Amino acid sequence: MRILVNGAWRETAGEQLATVLSELGYGDAVVATAINGEFVAAAVRANTPIAEGDRIEVLAPMQGG
Amino acid sequence: MLELYRTSLRSRLLLGTARYPSPAVLTEAVRASGCEVVTVSLRREAGAERAGQGFWSIIRSLGVRVLPNTAGCHSVKEAITTAHMAREVFGTTWIKLEVIGEHDTLQPDVFGLVEAATILCRDGFEVFPYTTEDLVVAERLLAAGCGVLMPWAAPIGSGRGLNNLFALKTLRAHFPQVPIVIDAGLGVPSHAAQALEIGFDAVLINTAVAQAGDPVQMAAAFARAVEAGYGARVAGPIEPRDLAAPSTPVIGTAFRG
Repeated sequence: MRILVNGAWRETAGEQLATVLSELGYGDAVVATAINGEFVAAAVRANTPIAEGDRIEVLAPMQGG
Repeated sequence: MLELYRTSLRSRLLLGTARYPSPAVLTEAVRASGCEVVTVSLRREAGAERAGQGFWSIIRSLGVRVLPNTAGCHSVKEAITTAHMAREVFGTTWIKLEVIGEHDTLQPDVFGLVEAATILCRDGFEVFPYTTEDLVVAERLLAAGCGVLMPWAAPIGSGRGLNNLFALKTLRAHFPQVPIVIDAGLGVPSHAAQALEIGFDAVLINTAVAQAGDPVQMAAAFARAVEAGYGARVAGPIEPRDLAAPSTPVIGTAFRG
């Protein structure tokens, strides 16, 4: 199915958020996630289903003022 | 000691981590500043580059406390989601809450700010609201549960110093017990010294250090200015007056009478 990850369309075979993240190479990275604007905690990524067209944000620590 | 949400800090200078020429300069500037709190942010991570992971390991090696921000958020919903993401990634309930309302000045949307602060305080966050000098907004933020105020001195990155001195002094006078950190718009160390002299508890600096010709030296200069300003505040500055008052004793002056 097609999903939008950080603003770019991706094809994924993953059905849960955790699977999608490891598919995309974020497996061990320190990141926070949101689906369709709602925060998804790391602890529930394995149980969070992904649907066609979902907008997923994967954010990491960055410089800030 | 400066106390922010029951955390005692020796340094009254908080430093931003953006816009430095290199990670090495950032590291040196943080050390030179003696700061104990740095601000950080969250941005989209590109899978392969892992820039965020490298940055985070640098920050962790500095041994300072982090204050994550919600920079770039223009709505209450964005700010709240970002705050939750930051709490998980950075492992802190502290959040510098920014809800931007206007593109050119990056002026806070104070209506959205109060709304977001109310929700986040209820959710257990310790909110540092980036606000204007408006008294009524400050009151609403405190009523929402904020234990710190962070009014701007001038627009972010403008380096203009304490733009609205009268209103800032009024804000200080109205909330004498609330820690107030001047955030945004300071350009040179004298601005920071002035903020501390007139009674503000701390300053948060980013661009003025990061974009200086020599950020490390500027970080050290700001640290000294903050210390000088606070020292002056504690020492009790004289009141300005309109007429001269001779400092040399007048009694015994020669050639008189």
